[in-house]
Amino acid sequence: MSSLTDTASTVSEPAAASRHDRHRALRRASSIALCILAWHLASTFRIDLGIVTFQNVPPPLEVVAAARELIESGTLLSHLTASLSRVLGGYTGAAAVGVALGLLIGRSRGVEDALLPPLELLRPIPAVAWIPLAILMFPSSELSMVFITFTGALFPILLATIHGVESVDSRLIASARSLGARRHAVFIEVVLPAAAPGIFTGLSIGMGTAWFCLVTAEMIAGQFGIGYYTWASYTIQNYPDIVVGMLLIGLLGMGSSAAIRKLGSALMPWQALEAKKT
Amino acid sequence: MRPAPHSPPAVAGRIDIRNLSIRLGQGRQAFEAVQNVSLGIEPGEFVCLLGPSGCGKSTLLGTLAGHLQPGSGDIRVDALPVEGPHPERGLVFQHHTLFPWLKVVDNVAFGMKMRGIGRQERSREAQRLLDRVGLSEFRHHYPSQLSGGMQQRVEIARVLINQPKVMLMDEPFGALDAQTRMMMQQLLLDIWESIRTTIVFITHDIDEALFLADRIIVMSPRPGRIIEQIAVEFARPRRAELITTDGFTRLKHRCLELLHPKSNHPLPRLSPLGTVP
Ligand SMILES: Nc1ncnc2c1ncn2[C@@H]1O[C@H](COP(=O)(O)OP(=O)(O)O)[C@@H](O)[C@H]1O
Ligand SMILES: [Mg+2]
Repeated sequence: MSSLTDTASTVSEPAAASRHDRHRALRRASSIALCILAWHLASTFRIDLGIVTFQNVPPPLEVVAAARELIESGTLLSHLTASLSRVLGGYTGAAAVGVALGLLIGRSRGVEDALLPPLELLRPIPAVAWIPLAILMFPSSELSMVFITFTGALFPILLATIHGVESVDSRLIASARSLGARRHAVFIEVVLPAAAPGIFTGLSIGMGTAWFCLVTAEMIAGQFGIGYYTWASYTIQNYPDIVVGMLLIGLLGMGSSAAIRKLGSALMPWQALEAKKT
Repeated sequence: MRPAPHSPPAVAGRIDIRNLSIRLGQGRQAFEAVQNVSLGIEPGEFVCLLGPSGCGKSTLLGTLAGHLQPGSGDIRVDALPVEGPHPERGLVFQHHTLFPWLKVVDNVAFGMKMRGIGRQERSREAQRLLDRVGLSEFRHHYPSQLSGGMQQRVEIARVLINQPKVMLMDEPFGALDAQTRMMMQQLLLDIWESIRTTIVFITHDIDEALFLADRIIVMSPRPGRIIEQIAVEFARPRRAELITTDGFTRLKHRCLELLHPKSNHPLPRLSPLGTVP
């Protein structure tokens, strides 16, 4: 039986695997270090390549100084909480609506015909284009900002859920029915768990796009928020602060996407085993 | 795992198929996959459907399982018409359909969960069936951690937990290596000799059909029709040595002839100088 030898061979694996993991982490860290070094050289020597120039790009050290200033001024926390609450608000709404609609559309041809065409029409509209309408539709600017991040996160989640539901192996459903599962049980016991990996991929991408829309959202109004801080720094020509804002958004987006993926693999332990096989 | 010396005769699981035709495809592409099949199967009988690939065996089995609608004709199990899938008719495919997100024990217990039976009783019964197929140590593994043969054993245990009157098996060992396949055939016979459920078993492997079956139903290429029924009367319990006996070889020849009939018009032999008369 081949699987007996499989399990035997995994015993010696952890040591090798952790060495391999450390190597990879090192390579990844050096990649970031190299990028910073290139940025440093390009900005301090004010490289001008004709089509792109680094003459006005602040060098890393100035950015670090600006970051320190932001921290010491004590406003960082209010910027962070303002942005986090907007992104999480929009994202939570998008996750609820996207997953629910996606499940309905994926399971029913009728719902698909009724709902998918208008959604397909709205999908290509970029977040910026929503600003005027968002201001007109929502009485509070806070809500309109939440709405903008919502539109950013909704479509990746919706489409991934539809795809996840539609690609459930029909043999699994046939087996479940032959084992006595009725409509409702097929949905709960088979369709949901089978679609879950796809849904989580959408949730993780949606988290990224919610942050992606943050600057756009915070262009609307406000005095706090990292997107607002970035945009305001540009209007007052405070270039190092722009880069601080950009990097903060990058870090937060990356971190929260990773958190969603972590949650996904904690909820779906079988996934890691299948990935290992391929 | 010895079978009871005289297992009681089965009383349930009679299958009656009358003038069954099944159409597949839509519109212009529609065609008859199974044509005018009539077949009676006794309770507790082990029947193998043998036929070339594409002849409609899976289609016939899918209809028996209740996943496909018959075009015309009539299928009954214990006098009741088949109207949809039912746990009394367990289904096993060539490639396992275990739920990847459930551990082995929960996969096996799935049928009882659908009947609303409590967790404790479910796992106890699942445990008993895993013992039966020799996999109790693997109860907390996920399906992807098992080999192909083990996955099919779990699949069989999962069907058995519903105490099916009929087991429908669609080339269940077709993807296994020769040695594992022999082991699985032996295991299946051991189980069947103790529980005596009706088994309809699809294969295109003649040795497998002869080793397992009470009766072999040979089907023609598409559209599938029954062209011959062969009673296989080797004594049970059967052991691997059976396949080297003369009686076995004789029946095997018969099956080979049915599946690959000698062409009436032999092709002319080609030579560089033209056709040799
Ligand atoms: N859903 C389907 N729609 C159209 N044709 C099908 C479908 N399923 C199977 N077929 C065709 O029907 C024939 C019988 O298929 P099948 O019952 O799977 O044969 P077997 O199991 O004997 O190999 C084959 O020619 C196959 O290509
Ligand atoms: Mg088939």
